[in-house]
Amino acid sequence: MSAAMATPDTDLDLWLAQQTDKSLLRFMTCGSVDDGKSTLIGRLLYDSQQVLDDQLASLKKESHNRTVGDEGIDFSLLVDGLSAEREQGITIDVAYRFFSTDKRKFIVADTPGHEQYTRNMATGASNAELALVLIDARKGVLTQTRRHSFILSLIGVKHVVLVVNKIDLVDYDQATFDRIVADYRAFAEPLGFKSLAAVPVSALRGDNILTNSERTRWYSGEPLVPYLENIDVAEDRTAEKFRFPVQWVNRPNLDFRGFSGTVASGVIKVGDEVLIASSRKPAAVRSIVTMDGELERAIAGQAVTLVLDREVDVSRGDVLTHAGETPEFSNQFQARLVWMNDEPAFPGRSYLLKIGAQTVPATITDLKYRINVNTLEQTAATKVDLNEVATVTLATDKPIAFDPYAANALTGGFILVDRLSNATLGAGTIEFGLRRAQNLTYQSFDVNREVRARMKGQTPRIVWFTGLSGSGKSSIANILEQRLTAEGRHAYILDGDNVRHGLNKDLGFTEAARVENIRRVAEVAKLMADAGLIVLVSFISPFENERRLAREIAGDVDFTEVYVDTPLAVCEARDPKGLYKRARAGEIKNFTGIDSPFEAPANPELVLHGAEAEPAALAAELKDWLEL
Amino acid sequence: MHANRLTHLQALEAESIEILREVAASFERPVMMYSIGKDSSVLLHLARKAFFPSKIPFPLLHVDTTFKFKEMIAFRDQTAKDYGFELIVHTNQDGVRDRINPFDHGSSRYTDIMKTQALRQALNAGKYDAAIGGARRDEEKSRAKERIFSHRNANHAWDPKNQRPELWRTFNTRLNPGESMRVFPISNWTELDVWTYIYSEQIPITPLYFARPRPVVERSGTLIMVDDERLPLAPGETPREEVVRFRTLGCYPLTGAIRSDAADLPSIIMEMQASRTSEREGRLIDSDSVGSMEKKKQEGYF
Repeated sequence: MSAAMATPDTDLDLWLAQQTDKSLLRFMTCGSVDDGKSTLIGRLLYDSQQVLDDQLASLKKESHNRTVGDEGIDFSLLVDGLSAEREQGITIDVAYRFFSTDKRKFIVADTPGHEQYTRNMATGASNAELALVLIDARKGVLTQTRRHSFILSLIGVKHVVLVVNKIDLVDYDQATFDRIVADYRAFAEPLGFKSLAAVPVSALRGDNILTNSERTRWYSGEPLVPYLENIDVAEDRTAEKFRFPVQWVNRPNLDFRGFSGTVASGVIKVGDEVLIASSRKPAAVRSIVTMDGELERAIAGQAVTLVLDREVDVSRGDVLTHAGETPEFSNQFQARLVWMNDEPAFPGRSYLLKIGAQTVPATITDLKYRINVNTLEQTAATKVDLNEVATVTLATDKPIAFDPYAANALTGGFILVDRLSNATLGAGTIEFGLRRAQNLTYQSFDVNREVRARMKGQTPRIVWFTGLSGSGKSSIANILEQRLTAEGRHAYILDGDNVRHGLNKDLGFTEAARVENIRRVAEVAKLMADAGLIVLVSFISPFENERRLAREIAGDVDFTEVYVDTPLAVCEARDPKGLYKRARAGEIKNFTGIDSPFEAPANPELVLHGAEAEPAALAAELKDWLEL
Repeated sequence: MHANRLTHLQALEAESIEILREVAASFERPVMMYSIGKDSSVLLHLARKAFFPSKIPFPLLHVDTTFKFKEMIAFRDQTAKDYGFELIVHTNQDGVRDRINPFDHGSSRYTDIMKTQALRQALNAGKYDAAIGGARRDEEKSRAKERIFSHRNANHAWDPKNQRPELWRTFNTRLNPGESMRVFPISNWTELDVWTYIYSEQIPITPLYFARPRPVVERSGTLIMVDDERLPLAPGETPREEVVRFRTLGCYPLTGAIRSDAADLPSIIMEMQASRTSEREGRLIDSDSVGSMEKKKQEGYF
C-alpha cells in the first residue's frame, strides 16, 4: 500500500502515525456455558468506551428483567446478536468484536461455550494469538474448560489468561481463586502454553477489568485490560522459511504470467532462486508486482504477484520455496484431528482435504488413538465422534507440500470436506510426514515418458486384465505380447502369480494384503509405462475398489480395464493349476469365486467372453480395439 | 512499513486481497456487489489491487432501487468508465410496475421488494455462485456473527446455526448445484479503518460523504435530504438548506444525514473519532425491530 499522503494535515497525520504504531492483538474468549464470556466482552467494550450513545440507549431498553451490573446494563446483549441466542441466552456462533485502547487495537472472537458448538470455538482459536479461558468461580474447572484448553494447545494458541469470573458471587474469596488456579495449572502443564496468567474478575461489576479492585486487595497482579495491552505475543514470521502458496495464476495477456498469493512466512527478494515444491524445478524471481509498483522484497503476510525468469509449470496449489528449505512433499502423514460433524470420522473413508490452495482426495488410513480431554489419556477407538480429538494417519491421492503445524500453521493446518454434502467435517494439524514417505522427493528428469515413447515409436499404456482364475487372462496377454513383439513394439506382462513369487512374496490373501498387492503392481505398471512400455497386467483383482485404486495410480497414463468374463463353471472345469480343486477341498482359503467374492467391473473399457472364443481370437479382438 | 512487520492497515489489505483471489480461483461465476458507498469503494480498490495487472475477473452488480441519490448514480457511472470494469445494473421491474416506494409501502416492504427480491432476481439471472459484499463485522450484531465465506442454500437463505467452521484462512468454497456463497473480504475492518484507508490510498468516494449545503427536512429527529420531487412533503413542511453530510448511504428517503462541517477526508476522520453514535444510526431499516437485520439476511439480504 502506498505510504504517500497527498494532503499533509498535522493533527491527522500525527494521529494516524499513532494509530499505525498501535499493535493489534487478536484474542478469543472460551470456557463453559454461563461462565460470562459475553458479559466480559460487553464489559471490555463498555469500559474502553466503544459503546456508543445510540447503542447504549437501546441496550438499557433491552436490559430490563435481566441480570444487570452496577450500571443497569446487561453487557451480554452487546454481543449475543442472533435471535436464537437471545432466546436461549447462549452464544451459538463466534462473534468478532473490535475495540481499542490508547496502547493497542483488539479483535476479540467471542466463542460459544456450548459443547454442541465446539467447532465454532476451534474456528475462533485458529486466528487468535491469546485466549481468555473463563471459569465460573462457583464451579471451578469443568470438562468444557479442559476440552477448550486442549483445543487451544492443539490449534497452537500459546498465551492463555485464566479469567476466574463471578468472583463477587464467592465473596471475593482468595482461597477459592487459588484453588481454581492450582487445579487449572496442574491440568494445563502438559499443554505447554508459553504464558499463563490468572485474574480474579467480576465482569458484571467491573472488578479487575481496567483497574485493580478494592474488593480483591489480595490480588497483586495486573488487571485484565492492562495485561492485554502489555503482553508481547509477536512472533517474527519473517524469520521463518519462505513459503508462498500459489493462489491464482495472473495472466492478463500473453506477455505476462505471474503467480499471485500471500507470503505465508519468510521473505522473498527479487533475484532469489526459488523451487517449485511439486516439480522441484528451479527458477529465479524476476519481479514482485503490485498495483503500487514493483517491490524489491516481500515479507510474511504480504499479498503479491511473483514473476519468474523462465517458463515453468506452476498452478494453483503449488508452493514456492527457497532451494534447500523445501517443505515436505508426500502423500502420507500423521495429524491431529478435531472432528466437527455429527457423522463420525472413519478410517478408510474418502474425504477432500484442503491445505493452503491445494485440494486433494484423502483417506484416514489409521486411527491411532482418541484423546480423552479430561485426562489427556490416549484410548483406542474405531471412529472419531463430534467434538472429539484424535491422532490419525492420512493418505492423499497425490503428494502435497506441507510443513509440520508446529513449524507453520498456514502450511500445516488443513480441513476435511465431505465429498457429497461439501460440509466442513473436521480440522487437522499435521504432526509429521510418515517415515516411508519422508525424504522422498519427486525428481524431475529431462528424459521423460514422451521422449522414451518417441524413441520406441509407441504410446505407452496399461492394459489391466481382470477376471476369475482360469478365465484366460494370461493366455490372451501372452498371445498379445507375442504379436506386439513380432511387430517391433515393446511390451511386458505383469502376472499375478509371478509377482507374488518376487516383489509381493511377503503378502498373503487377506483383504488388506490384496489391496497392497494391487497397489504395488499398479505402481510398477506405472513405472514401466513411464519407461515407454505397453504394460499388460494379468491380475484377478476381484474388488472394484482396488481396480479404481490402480486406475488412480496410473494417473495420466492411458489405462484400459479388460474384463475377461468367463463363467465360474468353465474356469473350474479348466482348472489349469489345480487351484479350484484345492480350494473346494478347503486347502486354500479366501479363493476368489469359491469363498471370496468377485466384483464384476461395472464399467470396463472392454469385455472379452472367455467361454465363447479361443484366446487367439480374443487377443486379436483386443488388439483391434486398442488400435495397436 | 516496519522492515519485518506489516502495519494494521497493510495486514487488513493483504488479508482482503487474499480473500478476493480465493473467490476468483474457486468459483465459476463470481460477482461483486457494488453499492457505491465507501465500503464498496474500498472493495473495488482492493479488487483492482488483487488482480493487477489483470482486470477484475468478475462483473460488478448494482441493485438500483430507483430511490438512490442522484449523485450516487452519477458517481457509479463515472467510476465504471474510469476503471473499465463490467457493470451490471439490476432493478426489480415488478416493483417498478407496482410503483413500490418507501412512502406508501413502508420501509420494510419496500426494502424487501426493491433490495432483497431484486438481489435474488439478479443473482439468479446471472447464475452467480459467489457474491462478494462489503459488509463489516463491526456494523451490526448479526453481521459480527457472519463468516467470511458464508454459505447460502439454493434459496439464498442463511442459516446462522449451521455455518461452516472457518479455520485459519482455509476457506471451504465447495458448493452443490444451486447453492451460493456470500463473501465478505473486509469483515475484519472497522469504520475507522475504512476511512483511514480511503485517506491514505486517496480512493475516490461520492461527494455525499462531504459536508455541503443540502436541502433537507427534519422528521422525528432524522434529517432527510430532498433529492428529488418524489419525496412527499407534509403540509407546511418546506425543505431548508443545511450543511450536512452522510455517514452511510442507502436509499435517499431512508438515509439520515448528519449535521457536520467535515468537508474533506481529514475532517471526516477527526469527526469520526469524536463521534458518540454508531454508523448505522442513520439507517432507518435497521431499527424496524430487534433482530431485523438477521431476519433480512436469512431471507437473502446482504
